[in-house]
Amino acid sequence: MRTLSLVDLMAFLEGLQWTLVLVVLSFVFGGLLGLTLALLRTSNVAPIRWMASAFLQLVQGVPLLALLMFFYFGMPVFLGVEVPSLMAVTVAFSIYSGVFLGEIWRGGIQAVKYTQWEAAASLGLSRWEQFVFVIAPQALKISLPATVGFLVQLIKGTSLASVVGFVELTRAGQIASAATFQQLLVYSIIAAIYFAICFPLTQWSRSLEARLNGTG
Amino acid sequence: MQNLNFQQVLRYQDEFLHGIVNTLEMTAIAAFFGLLIGVVGAVLVGSGPKPVRILVKAYIELIRNTPPLIQLFVIFFIFPSAGIRLAPFPAACVALSIYFGAYAIEIIRSGLASIPKSQVEAGECLGLTRFEVFRYVVLAPALRNIYPSITSQLILLLLGTSVASQIAAEELFHTATFVESRTFRSFEVYALISAIYVALVVASRVIFAIVGAVAFRWPVRR
Amino acid sequence: MALVEIKNVRKSFGALEVLKDVSLTVEEGEIVTIIGRSGSGKSTLLRCINGLEDIQDGEIRVEGQQVHGQMKKLRELRQKVGIVFQAFNLFPHLTVERNITLAPIRTGRVSKADARALAEKVLAQVGLSEKIDAYPEQLSGGQQQRVAIARCLAMSPDLMLFDEVTSALDPELVGEVLKVMEDMASRGMTMILVTHEMAFARDVATKIVFMHQGRVWEEGPPSELFSSPKTPELKSFIGSNH
Repeated sequence: MRTLSLVDLMAFLEGLQWTLVLVVLSFVFGGLLGLTLALLRTSNVAPIRWMASAFLQLVQGVPLLALLMFFYFGMPVFLGVEVPSLMAVTVAFSIYSGVFLGEIWRGGIQAVKYTQWEAAASLGLSRWEQFVFVIAPQALKISLPATVGFLVQLIKGTSLASVVGFVELTRAGQIASAATFQQLLVYSIIAAIYFAICFPLTQWSRSLEARLNGTG
Repeated sequence: MQNLNFQQVLRYQDEFLHGIVNTLEMTAIAAFFGLLIGVVGAVLVGSGPKPVRILVKAYIELIRNTPPLIQLFVIFFIFPSAGIRLAPFPAACVALSIYFGAYAIEIIRSGLASIPKSQVEAGECLGLTRFEVFRYVVLAPALRNIYPSITSQLILLLLGTSVASQIAAEELFHTATFVESRTFRSFEVYALISAIYVALVVASRVIFAIVGAVAFRWPVRR
Repeated sequence: MALVEIKNVRKSFGALEVLKDVSLTVEEGEIVTIIGRSGSGKSTLLRCINGLEDIQDGEIRVEGQQVHGQMKKLRELRQKVGIVFQAFNLFPHLTVERNITLAPIRTGRVSKADARALAEKVLAQVGLSEKIDAYPEQLSGGQQQRVAIARCLAMSPDLMLFDEVTSALDPELVGEVLKVMEDMASRGMTMILVTHEMAFARDVATKIVFMHQGRVWEEGPPSELFSSPKTPELKSFIGSNH
């Protein structure tokens, strides 16, 4: 047994880097999935809407931890292939992000008045052009506070990657905690690091929200 | 591709059933104490002395901006360091109550704020006491306003109890990891466990919808 | 003793003084209509009478009882003073019957067994007997406002305050509410109204109070005030309302 030292803090920073890598990857791939889901959920074709909605209900009914285990342990065994751990974890978090972002952005798209589509259509824009140039910019502004809010949720969520042994911030904490037996101290430091990242984002999300309500 | 074999996993149905009961119990306990924290916290933030208000707000921020898993670890290790022995299950209940409470405070506060001041005035002008105004004028509409967010937060809590498996509290997810370690049927175990959670969530949604429809029957303006 | 005595009342919202040394008495049985431009302080004055707004100076007495004092006394007073608001302020989660009987039951004026009969009685007075089991949102604005009046009547008040009660109504619904108020006036209820309905003020009121810049600018019987206003401000106000 040893006491907590600078080496551990360096390990935390290294872990933090992987947390951030995971967040960025999940946000990018999740964003793509989310955009697709948002568009499917606002589609004019009812069966498409239902299918997207069923997928969403399914994923939102499963704990993030189960999703993670499923893609980390279940899928590779089932498919009989080796999957790099970063990839398995990223897939799970991307699906998780995609579903939440999809819901947030669908809300944003639907919050834009329908007359805006009509106005854009009457200018001779195609449906895609209507979305890209008229609806999306307004929807983005409306859903930005919730999107930033979800980013916080995602950062906190990546701590679960520690459960499958992926060495991000929380896992780095667990390793140090097992080596030093100073669990309370270690987890307090880890909590402080998460707080230092999440709190400013939460505040930003709130100020965006306030600005939106102020002007809207 | 591996052949699917659910038989082997389903032999542990008693364990799964036990896990389901424990998960529901944990959710109910955390929901109860979390809502209690929510009501007291909302009152304190609304009308407590300034230091108390700051304290409650700090608690909310701390919980909202740190992972539930870390909160669980801190709570789990804080008891022994204070000389208290606490088994994993109650420790998880404490951590989840504290977690849920922070969200409940904010929701309940917004619910109280959603009732127009004119409603309170109308009640006061009829000669009702402050308590009567709260009980008969404010409470029911406020509950209706927070019902959607409080129930979806409850569902997140139900899913969140899975984290308790990480301190070896015996709930549904813990059962899953146990069965997996016995059968090595990862895919089947996690597919099954996901299906069970989905079923629990759908059942909760249905129950919440029915309760809501029965409890809040008065028409509202669109 | 006058029913309502307002003496040298001053009231500010922050730096803005909205009531500047206002005095006014209302005798039992009087129908007093307060008129004036928006921002003249007329609604604020009305809200001060049953303690919805605090005052910085002066005093207000209703039936000899000081309004701005103990909370418990204020509550007793409010049981004798009814107020009807511009936005109705019915309780959306309660039926018309429960809206009307909530306060009489809680304050011990009526037993639960007799409550429905009380609701029926006051609803008959406002002509809405058939709506006793409806929820507020199922009623038109005019009907909601009549229920709000019935809710006050159920407390058998000695004084009724009306704060621009027809301003939020569609024009075709204004008549039914004014009709109910006329009925109450003819039955001898003491009433203080803030209104923009000049015809009603002229025909029903026993006294008109014209407020301007937070002061009682002119007061007197409607016949005098409307036909021969003394101040240019009232003259121009009447002119702009024709």
